[in-house]
Formats: sequence, structure tokens, C-alpha cells
Amino acid sequence: MGNPSQAVGGLVSIPALLQRNAREFGSKAAYREKQFGIWQCWTWAEAEKEVEALALGLINLGVNEGDFIAIIGRNRPHFYWSMVAAQSVGAIPVPLYQDSAAEEMAYVLEHCGARFAVVDDQEQVDKVIEVQERLHQFEHMIYVDPRGLRKYDHKALHEFAKVQEQGRAARDEFIQELKDRREKPTFDDQCVMLYTSGTTGKPKGVVLSNRNIIRSAQNASEFDHLGPGDEVLAYLPMAWVGDFIFSIGQAYWTGFCVNCPESPETMMTDLREIGPTYYFAPPRVFETQLTNVMIRMEDAGALKYALFHHFMDFARSGAGEKYGMPKRSLAKPDLKRRVKQAWKFSMGVGFALETLIENAIRLFFVKLRHPINTREHFKATDPLGLYLYPEPLRSYFKYRMGEVLVYGPLKNTLGLSRVRVGYTAGEAIGPEIFDFYRSLGINLKQLYGQTEASVFITVQPDGEVRADTVGVPAPEVEIKITEEGRILYRSPGTFVEYYKNPESTADTKDADGWVDTGDAGFFEEGTGHLRIIDRAKDVGKMAGGAMFAPKYVENKLKFYPDILEAVLFGNGHDYCVAFINIDLSAVGNWAERNNIGYSSYQELAGHPRVLATIQEHVEAVNRSVAEDPMLSGCQIHRFVVLHKELDADDGEMTRTRKVRRAFVADKFNDIVEALYDGSETVSTVTEVTYEDGRKGTIKATLEIRDAKVVPVEPQKAAAE
Amino acid sequence: MSVMDQETHVTPDGRTIGGVLMEMRNISLRFGGVKAITDISFDIREGEIRAIIGPNGAGKSSMLNVVSGFYIPQEGEVWYKGSVRPQMRPFEVARQGIARTFQNIALFEGMSVLDNVMTGRLNHMTTGLLSQAIWKGKAEQEEIENREVAEKIIDFLEIQHIRKTPVSRLPYGLKKRVELARALVAQPSLLLLDEPMAGMNVEEKEDMSRFILDVNDEFGTTIALIEHDMGVVMDLSDRVVVMDYGKKIGDGTPDEVRNNQAVIDAYLGVAHD
Repeated sequence: MGNPSQAVGGLVSIPALLQRNAREFGSKAAYREKQFGIWQCWTWAEAEKEVEALALGLINLGVNEGDFIAIIGRNRPHFYWSMVAAQSVGAIPVPLYQDSAAEEMAYVLEHCGARFAVVDDQEQVDKVIEVQERLHQFEHMIYVDPRGLRKYDHKALHEFAKVQEQGRAARDEFIQELKDRREKPTFDDQCVMLYTSGTTGKPKGVVLSNRNIIRSAQNASEFDHLGPGDEVLAYLPMAWVGDFIFSIGQAYWTGFCVNCPESPETMMTDLREIGPTYYFAPPRVFETQLTNVMIRMEDAGALKYALFHHFMDFARSGAGEKYGMPKRSLAKPDLKRRVKQAWKFSMGVGFALETLIENAIRLFFVKLRHPINTREHFKATDPLGLYLYPEPLRSYFKYRMGEVLVYGPLKNTLGLSRVRVGYTAGEAIGPEIFDFYRSLGINLKQLYGQTEASVFITVQPDGEVRADTVGVPAPEVEIKITEEGRILYRSPGTFVEYYKNPESTADTKDADGWVDTGDAGFFEEGTGHLRIIDRAKDVGKMAGGAMFAPKYVENKLKFYPDILEAVLFGNGHDYCVAFINIDLSAVGNWAERNNIGYSSYQELAGHPRVLATIQEHVEAVNRSVAEDPMLSGCQIHRFVVLHKELDADDGEMTRTRKVRRAFVADKFNDIVEALYDGSETVSTVTEVTYEDGRKGTIKATLEIRDAKVVPVEPQKAAAE
Repeated sequence: MSVMDQETHVTPDGRTIGGVLMEMRNISLRFGGVKAITDISFDIREGEIRAIIGPNGAGKSSMLNVVSGFYIPQEGEVWYKGSVRPQMRPFEVARQGIARTFQNIALFEGMSVLDNVMTGRLNHMTTGLLSQAIWKGKAEQEEIENREVAEKIIDFLEIQHIRKTPVSRLPYGLKKRVELARALVAQPSLLLLDEPMAGMNVEEKEDMSRFILDVNDEFGTTIALIEHDMGVVMDLSDRVVVMDYGKKIGDGTPDEVRNNQAVIDAYLGVAHD
């Protein structure tokens, strides 16, 4: 590795960090999980005991150093402990997506050769048993939730609590071995193996070292001033690198508390109850939340509706950015800061009182002079008389008022009241959505990263946040752009290798440690911010020679709340066509309000009025695309609203919900052809997979619509 | 009926079925001149899932109401836990450990799911009105204990996400589940389900069936249920009573019942004289 950075104070592994946290933050909350309606809490000292008991239990079961232990489950403290316990005994944790079908799991389990698995409940146990015959090396399974498992054959099946119990009982026997194993790893040993979601082909196992995880977590924590007082809600898939960095890397580095929701459905309630200070979500979560807010505002009373829109318009005009952002402060302010805040608050109240009184006195004198038509001579434009103030103060007070009336309650409903740093990543976020949250005074930022980089490649520093860039290189990350525009990076977080796949490793990472992201982008002049154009391999040329960048157009479409997903085709063709998925909750609500009856997704997606609305959106996007001279060729000439949602169970998306473009093009080949041969409708039969793995088919006749395009001047010679 | 005659036996899927918990002996029930039930006898064993089926108007719900003590039969005896059950009012029956759900949901619409479920614990509360109003000491302690039971059932039936939602806002399938939760928190020894799957779609039916089996499996609760969906009944139950026109026309395991000529006639429709 080219980087000389070394571990601080012998903290070379996650178990070592756990030991330190148990010493230093012993009585501070480390994990919370809501169970039976109450938040259960484990301090760092208790968490250390749990991990130790499990690690001893694992040794007792015969886990060797270098073994792989698969972790399959939703976010629960038990699985975080399992990962650290695995590391403590020298094994390597491999978290899997818990919603994967058995088939997908079989591939990963076989590829890494896991001997042990820690799983959640009966559902996961069943899945592993289903594929167990093919996994020769697989031996034991540990489950957390015993419900429904009593009658299973328990030869190779163990309950989590029992394994811990056995571990505790055998403490004297194994404690020395555990200590030896725990001390052994160096900074460059394997920490975890994470499988990429695989937009193309089979998932690849990304091996990350202790250095990768700890240095990245350390840099990012320092960048955002995270401290032991912070709180996160862990709800993103555990198999995703982001969750590993936030809920293990950063949590162990800074000692903050990881909160686990009661069940996936209660996520929003739990978010509200916890009020995290550090929040991370893919754009889709923000989109859904915003859609819900908008739907509910449509149903609200006139006063609330008016207030909401008045203050939101005001906040969006830039006031939010200016007055709303939380200051760089600790989660728990010290006395000095409290005094300062109290002073500021009383100044604000004093100012407002003074203005009110001043207003009343003026009104009194105006009334004396013009008793008949006072109002004509005294025009107070708003009840607080804020117009009396000079500009920056007026907006400041108005924003504060909005905070009391609209922004504060709204943030509270969304569970984002305490957020100091929020990140969105994984996909581009719509500028309107991004601005909405920022104008509420939520410090939402974008970052650009990937599994191979231990997440961080670029991040947006406070005060330099924009919707259209992904920020500046993260600390200790070097970035260079090749001549073709591909983005390469090198950092302490750069992965070690793809497991059992030296060719792919060599393809992605060169001898000097530069990794190819596969994305195309450029640095913006002047600001040094990175802008991403698209996946380099998706960027193509159309028959006329114009550039084809599907993501750019798709994102513009997806920013409409009605549109959930869009897939653009056109590489090598004369013009572009698109598949569109409607958003059932947004369109469904609209249909309800307009008395449009529907019984299924398919029926709603084919409704003529829905198609007309979507057509308007497509045409609006075309107008906006036409403004960009480089990409004006990507206007959508024809589109179809698909009869089913693209879904990970059908392989159309990855588990992190990114569209598998080639797969979709292949699967819906008949529809793509119909889009290009000019036909009005297309009949199609599609195979769907239900959640339990059964298969069915959907038949549909889809209407193809033509959208108006803005004529563009003939391509200039330079575009060739 | 060879297997059924044994006192205690273990089913092929590993559940233990014990002795007779409740026995109906020659029950007849009339409403004025209308004979709803004529001379019916059957028993319910501990730990089993017992189904009562029959065409519309066969007297199934009347039968269940007799079991739950809501109707008092003109003739016959109800034996419960080894002795004849005297005439008692429904709440006294509930105290004996019998809980039920209703065909058309009978929840408190304006209350939250949690409050509804907690009402199922009423029979387990011993503190008086006054101490509950002051809510100190024993009453508080009791509330906490009961809430724990309620939360375990809420977790079991996977309705955590609607804990605080008013029942009136819930869809039908979830209301049914809430009703089941309310019956379960009473920790009954006999659970009566009146058409638990009526009006549900296939997915909801599958969920409900799984919950019924899980309840029986986890808590060992004896379940008597009325159901129209034959597929569900045959898969779920250990023994089935078939009724038609207020009379018992079949009794036995699902397979025996399926091959019973009288049952086939009743369902396919043979001209009655």
C-alpha cells in the first residue's frame, strides 16, 4: 500500500476498539433495540461481555482462525456482536442480504466457503437448509429467534443464547485462547468480506482489511466531528458496506450508539423516537418521505396548507440554507454554548417584543392623524410587523417563526429534528428533494463512494453543499481523471482484493493502488467539486453520433414523485425510448382524490389519465434535456409505462435497488422492439417471482405513447 | 377412530394431544319453534385444533355460542375440564379460560390496537377501580405485568407497527389479527375462532393459517374454529365435526370426513325430503 498511515495507539482491529470502548465509555449506551415495545439498552461494557460470551461459544463450536462466518439477518445488536465475535476469534464475517432468495445465498455461501452461519429466524434457517446439500464445507448454523424452530433437527442448529451460555460456562477453558486470537491480527489483516450487489453478473467478494475500515471510519468521523454522544439508526442492509462503516467502523471508532428498529415496518416510528443525530439514507427513503408529506398536505386543512406552502417557499428561496443549518456543535452542548444559545434566544424575543410595541405605538399615532382610513396609511404586511426590520434580520426572524410553526414540527414528524449530519448516497438525489430537506434546516449532504473504497471517495464539506456535485475528495483520498473521463482513486480505504478472483482484482486495481470506479466524471472548474456523468460503460453513442447518458435523463424523470423508476434505451439507435414505473403510493393517492377506481398496480399503470400525466412529465424532461447541448440527443421519443414494478426478486434490480440495465433490456426485449418498430400497443407475458420463491406470470397489453420532442439543431461536427 | 380413542397421543408433526377438555353431550337448541341444533355430541381434546364445518345455516355459529356460554341449550350438558358446566353468564365463561373472536369483527373502533389488546387482560386484573385510578403500587405493577403479556402477543402476531394506530384505520385483515391478539392475551385454555378467514384474500389467509398453527404450537392452546374454506380446514385441523341442518353428519380426521358419503351429499347438494 502506498499510504504510510498507521494505527493509533495499537487500535488495529475492531475487537481492540471494543476493548477500548468498554474501558473508556463503559457505562455509555452502545446498542439499543426496541423489543416488546420498549427500548432495550446495552452499554459498551455489556456489549463487550455479550461479544466475549459469543466468541467463547464460537471457539467451543470449533471455529478456526481464517474461517468465514456468514451473517444473515436484519439489523439487530446480535448480528453486530456476531461480526465482532467472529473477528475476535480470528474468523472473517460475511454479511449477506437477508431478503436474498435461497439461490443467491447459495452462491455466496459456496463462494466464500462459510463453515458457520449466524441467522435471524425460521425464514433464514429454512433458506439455508434448502441449499445446504450443495455446501460441502457448511457445518453449523446459529439462530437468534427460536420461534417455530423447536421441532427442527438440532444436530447442526444452535440457539444464539445457548451458544453464549456454553461460551460462558467454558470461559476458564477458552479465555486464554480467545485472548491470544484477539491479539493476533495486524492492521493489514482481513476485517470483513462484503459482496457487491452486482449490477452486472455474479456478486464479487470484496476483502477489506482492518486498515481500510478503521482509517476510513476515523477520517470520516473527524471530517464530520462525530463524537460519543451521537446516535444512529441502523436500518440499512447489513451486507452493504455503508452499514458496516457507520454501524461498526464509525460506531466503534467514536463510541456512538447504534439503535436498531423493532421491525422493518416500524422504521419510521422508531426513527422518530430515537431522533438520530447522524443519519444515512439512500435517496429513495427521502423521496418516499417527501411524497408522504406532500400527500398528507394535500389532505390538510386550508390554514395548514397555506402555512406550509408559504413557509416552504420562503425557506426554499435560500433562507433555509442561510439561517437553518445546524452549527457545528457537539451533540450535547457544553455550558458555554448553552449560555450563548440562551442569550441569542432572549435577544430574538426582545427584538420581536420591541417591534411589536413599536408597531402598536406607530399605529396609535397614525390612528390619531387619520381616524377614518387608518389602514391606508398604516400597512403592516404581516402580524409581527417584521417589515420594519432591515433585510437580513427580517428573513432571520421569519425563518425562526417558520421554525416554530412549520419546519420544527415537520422535522419532528420525520424524525429528523436532531440530525446534525445527514448523508445520501447510492444514487443521485433529485435537486428538489435535496433542497426541500436542506431548506428545512437539515444538514443533508451527498457523498460518492463504493464498496471497494470502504465507502468514501468524495464528500461534501459543510457550507459547500450542492445537489449537482458529489463534493471534494474525502480526507486522504487521491483522485485522478483519465483522458476518457473515467474516475480513478487511491486511498487508505482501497480494498485488498476480490476474493478468489485475481483477474477482476487486476482489472480494477493497478499496481500503484489506483482503483477504477467505472464512472465517468470531471472536476468542476474553480470549486474543485467532482461531478459524475454516468457509469462509464453505460455512456454510449447514438446512431447519429450524439452522446447517450441514460442516468442523466432517468434521474430527471425519477425526480417526479409519480415516477418510481425509469430505464432509458437508445445506445446505437436513432432515438431514445424509455420504460417507466409509476409510484403506487403517489399515483394511488392521486387516483383516490380524483375518483379513479383501480384494483391493481397493472390497472393503474395502464389508466389513460395516468399515461397522460406521465406523458406531460416526459415532455417536460425533454424540454429540460434539450437545453443541454451535449445531451440533447437523449430526448425520449416514445415511452411505455410498465405493467409491473422492477423488482430485486425477479433479478431486474440489485438488492440495493439499482436497475440491472442489460438484464431488463433482455427480459423485456419484445417491448423494446415494439418501442422502436412504431407499433401502438404491445402484448407481453412476464414471469414474476413471489417473495416465497414461487413463480407466476403476468399478461398485459401495454400502450406505447409518443412524446413531443424539442427539435435540436443538427449535431455539430465537434460531436463526432 | 382408532388413534383418537387413546387418552394422550403425539401427532406425526410432534404435538401432544391430551385428554378431553370439553365435551358436548346431546345438545339441542331451539329458538321458539326453530330447531337450531338437534342432539349433537362431540368432544374437544386438549392441544388439538378442532373444526366445525357445514353449509350456510347449518348451526355452526349457534354451536360455537353454546360452547362459549352465550346460548344456553334447552337440552344436553356441557362438560368442561371434567365436570358439568352450570349455567353461567359469558364473562364467567371467559374467566374459566375460554376466549373467542367474532365473525364480524367486534373491536373497539376508536381505541388503539394496544388498548384493544389490553382489554383482553381484564380478567387477569385484580386491583379495584380506585387503586387503578390512582395508579400507584399494585395497580401500576399489575399494569406493567399485563402490558408485558400483551407486548409478547403483539410481537408474536407481528403487529408492532400498528401498536398505536386506532383500529378504525386498519384494513380488514389486520383487524382480524388484532382480534386474535385480544383473545390470545387472555391466555385461554380454549380459543374459539368464528370464521377467522372470512373475507380474506389468499395471502391473508395464508398468514392467518400460519398464526393459528403457531399459536397452537407455541402456547399449546386448544383451538375450536368454524370455517367455510374447506382447503384451510382440511390443512389446519386435527379433527372435524360436520353439521347440516342442525344435525351432526360426520366427525373424524379430515381424511375420514372427506370420504364420508353424508358429508359429500351435504356439500354437493342432494335433494332433501
